[in-house]
Amino acid sequence: MKIIVTGCGKIGTALIESLVSEGHDVVAIDNSPQVLKDITNLYDVISACGNGTDWDLLLEVGTQNADLFVAVTGSDELNMLSCFLAKRMGAKHTVARIRNPEHNDGSLDFLRKQLEISLVINPERMVARELYNMLKLPSAARVETFSGRGLEMVELKLKSDSPLDGMKLMDLRKKYPYKFLICMVQRKNQVYIPDGTFQLNSGDKIGLIATPVEVTKLLRSLGILKKQARDVMILGASNTAYYLARMLLAGGNSVKIVDKNEARCKGFSEELPEAVMIHGDGAQQELLLEEGLSNVDAFVALTGLDEQNILVSYFAESNQVPKVISKVNRDEFIPMAESLGLDSVVSPKQTVANILVRYARALGNSLDSSVETLYKLADGKAEALEFTVHTDAPVCNIPLKDLPLKPNTLIAGITRGRKSIIPAGNDEIRGEDKVLILTSGNRIRNLSDILRNKQ
Amino acid sequence: MNRRMIVNTVGKMILAEGFFLILPTVVSLIYRESCLFAFALTAVIALGLGGLMIGLSKPRTPVIYAKEGFFIVSASWILFSLLGALPFKISGEIPSYIDAVFETVSGFTTTGASILTNVEALSKGLLFWRSFTHWIGGMGILVFVMAVIPNISERSIHILRAEVPGPTVGKLVPRIKDTAKILYLIYIVMTMVQIVLLLLGGMSAFDSILYAFGTAGTGGFGIKADSLGSYSPYLQWVIAVFMLLFGINFNVYYLILIRRFKAAVKSEELWTYLGIVAASVLGIAFAIFPQYKNLSDTLRHSVFQVSSIITTTGFATADFNLWPAFAKGILLVLMFVGGCAGSTAGGIKVSRVVLMIKQIRREIQKMLHPRSFKSLRFEGRPVEEQTLTGVNTYLGIYLICFAAIFLIISLEPFGLESNFSAVTACFNNIGPGFGAVGPAAGFSEYSDLSKIVLSIAMLLGRLEIFPLIIFFSPTSWLRK
Repeated sequence: MKIIVTGCGKIGTALIESLVSEGHDVVAIDNSPQVLKDITNLYDVISACGNGTDWDLLLEVGTQNADLFVAVTGSDELNMLSCFLAKRMGAKHTVARIRNPEHNDGSLDFLRKQLEISLVINPERMVARELYNMLKLPSAARVETFSGRGLEMVELKLKSDSPLDGMKLMDLRKKYPYKFLICMVQRKNQVYIPDGTFQLNSGDKIGLIATPVEVTKLLRSLGILKKQARDVMILGASNTAYYLARMLLAGGNSVKIVDKNEARCKGFSEELPEAVMIHGDGAQQELLLEEGLSNVDAFVALTGLDEQNILVSYFAESNQVPKVISKVNRDEFIPMAESLGLDSVVSPKQTVANILVRYARALGNSLDSSVETLYKLADGKAEALEFTVHTDAPVCNIPLKDLPLKPNTLIAGITRGRKSIIPAGNDEIRGEDKVLILTSGNRIRNLSDILRNKQ
Repeated sequence: MNRRMIVNTVGKMILAEGFFLILPTVVSLIYRESCLFAFALTAVIALGLGGLMIGLSKPRTPVIYAKEGFFIVSASWILFSLLGALPFKISGEIPSYIDAVFETVSGFTTTGASILTNVEALSKGLLFWRSFTHWIGGMGILVFVMAVIPNISERSIHILRAEVPGPTVGKLVPRIKDTAKILYLIYIVMTMVQIVLLLLGGMSAFDSILYAFGTAGTGGFGIKADSLGSYSPYLQWVIAVFMLLFGINFNVYYLILIRRFKAAVKSEELWTYLGIVAASVLGIAFAIFPQYKNLSDTLRHSVFQVSSIITTTGFATADFNLWPAFAKGILLVLMFVGGCAGSTAGGIKVSRVVLMIKQIRREIQKMLHPRSFKSLRFEGRPVEEQTLTGVNTYLGIYLICFAAIFLIISLEPFGLESNFSAVTACFNNIGPGFGAVGPAAGFSEYSDLSKIVLSIAMLLGRLEIFPLIIFFSPTSWLRK
């Protein structure tokens, strides 16, 4: 597909990287020639220097033939305007980043329809939702939901004293009779889609799929069910913090936010009267302890500096805070954070890039199924995709044990109507089902791609 | 430095050369010539060596940077030439390997300078290979491979920048592979059109193909002793026009292809190029009219020679060595100017000349108004200062290299005019010069040392100096 991306900042660059590796033809637009030079040196794209609202520039790069136009500059208004122009010029779909909370209330829908924007991205709100999910299930490093909320995929790190250490997967089923599937294991830098004979070791990161109820039961019997976070401390009064606090407060939790900027504290306390605002420098350990760091259920570091987030999180972790999450923007820092013992790290770039790649895939293909959800796991080495099955798809009505699947591919879950099924060999996929596929190393665009020989 | 990737990519290039060699093998088969064995053997060697390099050097990562790009381009071109010279040597038709390498380098760099004293005695297979090297080298051997072989590298922009001539290199479409394919498509179509037009003029199929190859690559290898002197005026006109066409930036053709005619026609470089051609044609016509005494011959020879020299092709319809000094002077200047960037022509390139002149005007304005600020525009877009610095540096290193090579060649006993034009002709990838290396003569009399130095000069000119300098500089080879 032909995709145009304006605004090559952190998110723009991450998007370009993902889209190019998916095989799309990408045009990068930015105001800075230096930025564009770096991008053309790294990725196989063509660049144009200028503004996304420049009609001539848009014509020159062929916006009228674009399949997708993505505006992710720092300015919401610029994004909205360039999407509008692009749509008028003939681009098929437009995506705009609109992050300002003021635009994100009731007027958002109106704006979106009038400007004919196909998809609005609010990275901060997306990250906040991801954080909220993680806080609801603190035992997990990550939680992804599928089929509405019917199925959950939970990423767990097996600690050294885990009862699962050394156990083979088929023995696991016997010991813990719940309906679940271990769909993915990440060990060192390798990703495995395991079968029954796979043996788990401590230090592995496993991906577990089950319905939310079964997940809770399993975690409880494994002894690693942490209680849901009730009191949460957030470092940094950013937009993300705002959305997260709002979600937490709506759920009845208590929220304390620390920020060193007085104006922001004031603004937040006006918008979120139920949150406790602390005006101070979060890097000062005394301040955090004074405000009860040792007693909170969760600590979330959301300042603008990756380094600060990592270091303060490390401090929180060493103070026995049950759940510590840090926001880390730069990919290079993520392994570093993990080696410090911080296994809950959120990368806003990856969150947004995932969503956009999924969107691009859904636009590009819909032969016998359509992609509903897509998550990149294990630093992009594995993918979890959810498809809606069309009634005449070739995978229908064949017992799973008879389906010839590609290597490293797993059918992890089937949702039929309201029921969520963890499939066994005799289950079948039927039309109108939603199917959850786990794969490592294959590019699955359509449901039929999971089959070994495409007819 | 990603050595494995370099060896692997160069291996792919050598493999491609093996495949290229199949064509002259077939030609010599058709004509039942003894050089068949030479071609077959060389093809096998190339395929084997290429396969070996690819197989033994599996890269751990495909990531390359500018440095690897330069190395890949330099190594490929040098190996291509060394291997491509083998058929000449093995078949015995060019007994000296240094001569064979000179001829092959002259082929790939689309120079067209020849050490042969009797071109017409060469077997058809070898004649074909000679002209075919022009065609391959013109658009670029690496550009071809990037269009054809999958997964060269996601960073192949560095290879493209190192091989395609011009102050700045851009893509036509987002993907390098597609850009390379489009370039070659335009190239192939234009070549075929020319072949058809030549056939219509009564030229034999073999001659038409070879001359089209030589025109497309703006190379200049002829297959007759007097180059194009004995062919009909119609044929000479066709070749003259096509030489000019191949000297135009291929971006213009792409714009025409996607129907952006206005943008195509607005190209500053194109108009400067045509303007220089027109002025030169008039100047030369005035100078040589007394010699030919009729308008049509004068015009034909003038247009032909101007387009041949400015595009650095090197075909000749007349022995311009015998022309008056003013005409030769114009030709000498054209030798340095060269064709447009992004074409198959050599020389300094019209776009650099234009940028240089704009810079000079800006400097003069600054001398008169020290605080004035002027940002330069070219092709409708502002020019980055870095591009201008690049142009200036290129001119500087061009002069230094030229001087160094000229000093070495001056050891030859052929006089200043011949030596100077010999270096000019090779460095700018033209082919024939003046004096002892004029269109009616060749480079056979030069010593082996000069031939080697001139071969290096040809490569320096085609690759625009920097890739080779970086390749031969000892510090580049340290583990950095």
